[in-house]
Amino acid sequence: MDILLWLIPISLILGLLGLGAFIWAWRDRQYDDPSGDAARILLPDFDEHPKP
Amino acid sequence: MSVSACPACDAMPLALAIAEKAAAEPARLILSLPNVHCAACIGSIEAGLVAVPGVVSARVNLTLKRASIEAASGISAERLVAALARLGHEAHELDPAALSSTATDRQGRDLLMRLAVAGFAMMNVTLLSVAVWSGAGDSARALFHWISAAIALPTIAFSGQPFFRSAWASLRAGKLGMDVPISLAILLATAISLSETIQGGAYAWFDAAVTLTFFLLAGRYLDHRTRSAARSAAAVLSALEVPRALKITPAGMQTVAVADLRPGDSVLVRPGGRMPVDGVVTHGQSELDRAILTGETNPVFAGPGSLVSAGETNLTGPLTLRVTHAGRDSSLHRMADLVAVAEAARGRYPALADRAARIYVPVVHLMSFGAFAVWLAATGDARLALNIAAAVLIITCPCALGLAVPAVVTAASGRLFRRGLLIKHGTALERLATADTVVFDKTGTLTLGLPEVMDLKTLDRSALAVALALAEGSGHPLAQALAVAIHAAGVRPAAVTAIAEVPGAGVAGQWQGAPVRLGRADWVGAVAGEWTATWLRIGAAAPVAFVFEDRLRPGAAAAVAGLRALGLRVMLMSGDAEGPVAALAERLGISDYAARLSPLEKAARIAALAAAGHRVLMVGDGLNDTAALAAAQVSIAPASALDAARAAADIVLLGTDLAPVADAVRVARVAVRRMRQNFAISITYNVIAVPFALLGLATPLMSAVAMSLSSICVSLNAMRMK
Repeated sequence: MDILLWLIPISLILGLLGLGAFIWAWRDRQYDDPSGDAARILLPDFDEHPKP
Repeated sequence: MSVSACPACDAMPLALAIAEKAAAEPARLILSLPNVHCAACIGSIEAGLVAVPGVVSARVNLTLKRASIEAASGISAERLVAALARLGHEAHELDPAALSSTATDRQGRDLLMRLAVAGFAMMNVTLLSVAVWSGAGDSARALFHWISAAIALPTIAFSGQPFFRSAWASLRAGKLGMDVPISLAILLATAISLSETIQGGAYAWFDAAVTLTFFLLAGRYLDHRTRSAARSAAAVLSALEVPRALKITPAGMQTVAVADLRPGDSVLVRPGGRMPVDGVVTHGQSELDRAILTGETNPVFAGPGSLVSAGETNLTGPLTLRVTHAGRDSSLHRMADLVAVAEAARGRYPALADRAARIYVPVVHLMSFGAFAVWLAATGDARLALNIAAAVLIITCPCALGLAVPAVVTAASGRLFRRGLLIKHGTALERLATADTVVFDKTGTLTLGLPEVMDLKTLDRSALAVALALAEGSGHPLAQALAVAIHAAGVRPAAVTAIAEVPGAGVAGQWQGAPVRLGRADWVGAVAGEWTATWLRIGAAAPVAFVFEDRLRPGAAAAVAGLRALGLRVMLMSGDAEGPVAALAERLGISDYAARLSPLEKAARIAALAAAGHRVLMVGDGLNDTAALAAAQVSIAPASALDAARAAADIVLLGTDLAPVADAVRVARVAVRRMRQNFAISITYNVIAVPFALLGLATPLMSAVAMSLSSICVSLNAMRMK
């Protein structure tokens, strides 16, 4: 059962990573225009520095 | 530093520098793009906007169908709209000030963040709990309980705040809201679990506390999102009317914001424009359309000395006004007080969830306290008694109750939104479902406010040809409607010469050596009736009238028939004259009608209906309806209505078709039935689970299963919304 000492912290860290990624994406306003982002990927011009 | 002999010489460059800086500071413009739908549109719109000199950057938001633009302050929105029109894209300017809904936005973000944290904690704690439920050994169980505590405690401290705050607020107001048992259950479960964990007990309820928080926050978030979506769509409607006016200054004409006008300023209102302020006419003659303020369809004459009110439409000639009341003091804005009164009255309506809570909460608390007292008396074991009391509270905690109403409201609002109805208020559906009387306004609600000629057959073709020639010389809506109708009858215009429009009166000309006139009754020498009409006089012959009626709004007949089929009593209340109101009532088969009502009379009649026990649904659009919309139990306004009327209404109809009104009542009734079913479902779960809890047989596993099952059942039932 020693494996638990590794598995529990690992699972918690992975979960926290997911939570952190969600919070970062939200703060970064990545959910402001979901249908626009889906359409923009089809644009021919390459936008290296998209404006928020 | 020396003192200058000429302070103005020093100040001048400074003033210039400030002015230059202001010019260089980019302004933010927002355009509404109703038809944008594809990736190609985004590319061409952004490229087209950036190509306009002075535009710094442009970004299209496809979800909101808006473009936000940073441009030098000299760039006007009209230029950008014109540039987009050349590319084939429809665009309208939006007022950025009306769109600043940052407070509700922040609240939504805050709720979502708490929901995400609760979701993370729920997954992890439940995983650990599964191990405990499947029979972990003593030391492993203690370890898992401790880890659960480490996750659950900070989560509850963070995610539970909305409930704790609102429970505290309702306790301080001396009421027992739904949030009081919720907070009590979460806090008690956490405290008991912590003490059990410390003492190495078998049961810890961390998973229940966290799951409860998650499900209830989900309900809270759904509720918030439904309302903020409606509110932001309503904000777009207001933002479409950018308040501008043409101010006459010594330096010439200047476009200014209406908010910057002061009493005493002079403004010019072009034909077709809406009065931005209350004022007195100083120059010019014209006719005014007051339909939106009073419901009258007959245009009234305006000349020097006439008083005009904000919101009236100028029809024929340019008018110069001296401002008497502007901005917040204008008659339009005084309606804001009425709206505030209405909102307060709405707040008093007891929502279904609150009524349920009023019965539910005392029962739950008494049961939990009773269990504690009985077990303490029977066994003398305080720890056991407290554990059982907590189990009762957790099992009965209104987890599904918290979802019962928001899930249904979200499903129903989404359905009605697709039919073009915006639900602005949380309890609007519940109030709509109980309505038994519908009161319609006439002008602008059942009708479109577009005149249509009633009968052309009484006149011979040569007279029609003269009328057509004269009517084509005017931009007045009656003249244009007449021209369209005569054209449709296959008549060609006669050779009328010297056609000249007399603003505020009509059109004059010469035909076969005789003077001909088309216009207001008093101007051509006739006696005006109560019907909207324009008069034609050829030479010395007696004047003849073209009578107009207002075009029926599409779906008006269907809406009236549909509402009647649902068992509602339909009434018509208008500020217009008796004749047109009676004709429309007859056309739609409405026997209850009243004409020439002042705004206060309308509101008083609705209050009287309410006092007689009727639940009134008011459908109206004008300023004269605002008080009535506020007085009714529930109200609907079309999108074409004045801002004040839209603000006062609970529901805004987005399209021109009126038929969805009957649909809204039907959907609202189904929604309320679903809410009641949902309450029944969650109470059934309680009735089954509570005896186990009272007998001390409840386990954390049982509460987890009951809680999830009832929440899922309630959500599925809500989604059955058809």
